[in-house]
Amino acid sequence: MAKKRIVTTTLNGNQTEFLCEPRQTLLEVLRDNMDLTGTKEGCSNGNCGACTVILNGRPVDSCLVLAVEAEGATVRTIEGVATAAGLDPIQKAFLEGAALQCGICTPGFIMQSEWFLSQNPKPTEDEIRFNLAGNLCRCTGYDKIVRAVQDAATTWQDHYMKNCHEKGCH
Amino acid sequence: MRDFEYEAPTTLAAAIELVAKHNGSARCLAGGTDLIDQVRVGRLTPDVLIDVKKIAELNVLEHGATGLRLGAAVPCYQVYGHCGIVSDYAALADSCRIIGGVQIQSRASVGGNLCNSGPAADSTPSLIVLGAVAVIAGPKGRREVAVEDFCTGPGKNVLQPSELLVELKFPARAANSGSHYRRFIPRNEMDIAVVGVGASVVLNDAKDKFVSARIALGAVAPTPLFAKAVGDALAGQPINDETIAKAATAARAIAVPIDDMRGTKEFRLHITGVLTERVLKAAVARARGEHVDCRIGH
Repeated sequence: MAKKRIVTTTLNGNQTEFLCEPRQTLLEVLRDNMDLTGTKEGCSNGNCGACTVILNGRPVDSCLVLAVEAEGATVRTIEGVATAAGLDPIQKAFLEGAALQCGICTPGFIMQSEWFLSQNPKPTEDEIRFNLAGNLCRCTGYDKIVRAVQDAATTWQDHYMKNCHEKGCH
Repeated sequence: MRDFEYEAPTTLAAAIELVAKHNGSARCLAGGTDLIDQVRVGRLTPDVLIDVKKIAELNVLEHGATGLRLGAAVPCYQVYGHCGIVSDYAALADSCRIIGGVQIQSRASVGGNLCNSGPAADSTPSLIVLGAVAVIAGPKGRREVAVEDFCTGPGKNVLQPSELLVELKFPARAANSGSHYRRFIPRNEMDIAVVGVGASVVLNDAKDKFVSARIALGAVAPTPLFAKAVGDALAGQPINDETIAKAATAARAIAVPIDDMRGTKEFRLHITGVLTERVLKAAVARARGEHVDCRIGH
């Protein structure tokens, strides 16, 4: 059995250490070791996007990342999206627009949408659909999800523009 | 998942030593988007994964007067986010934009796509038409292999068990050149090519004749296929529907597709012709400085 490793990350803003085997994925460690069960396991092969987290500022499928690769990295999960002040605008938009049914895919859609709006605060419908192509939903038929992202973009453009400027992406 | 050791060398020399030491029982890990899944399902059974992302040489991304250098571990999003690649090596940016979804593009590398050596790999036809050369390192030193000679069968390539891919080198682009890659899939995104076609053309100064052309076909043979004779036959020809249709017929003639769940042989041959025409026309348009809309349905 390969020796366990100590991995140090910045997880949702906090410096965090965990112990893992090389064969464990970031998804497994988040859910089983860290008890952060908001990140969901869907297909486990990179098709469905349910396990999307933000790794060093980029969305990734955490089922296709080894936990040991997160050494020194910044990781952001669904648990880090809402603040003490309340839900993030994209979470509000999903709630208000009923952009979910069973909810398993929702954390992945929220992570991907939030990241996307921080890069592109004024997206077209085509751009939204293209950027959510790596996230699958069996319930909604996608239209309500796309509308929720459009609503968040329209209502909260200033919020996402601010993120966008801070990240220097435009 | 199967138990394995993990190493993350920070120098190329250390990586070569590790790869050579494990002589076939190690696999290099770049983006892991194919590798981790293949280990999980038991298709690959490595004892060691060697993470190559901390090695400077494998992260090189340099574009200048002598051409382009692309480290084997550079992820797709950096490729289509690079202005020099988008303008001069557009086919490669086209490929990287349609490999998986955004999450996959954050990690998946062009080098990894090549080393997986799938017949339907979306970036390999672009590498071939842009004249890319694979720089391979091993205990005996370095060697270079043209990408069209790299893959030897489905999942197979010229890498020896003790070697790894370091970077892809591209020659500088000629004046009046343009390139494009396009694939057919039944969905809009996130699918494996039924057929993929890449083309790169160089035009004369009047931009009404081909000076040279390179065409490569994906998913219609055991390896990505360099259609050398098809491109060579275009040299000196005027750019019109007739010469382009002839090239499409010639491309169909060298394709040897199989029937499988993604398409029949007959359908693939038809699509090979259709895509060859469209991709050549788009490459010509780019060489003329015209905008090519690559969105689905355009």
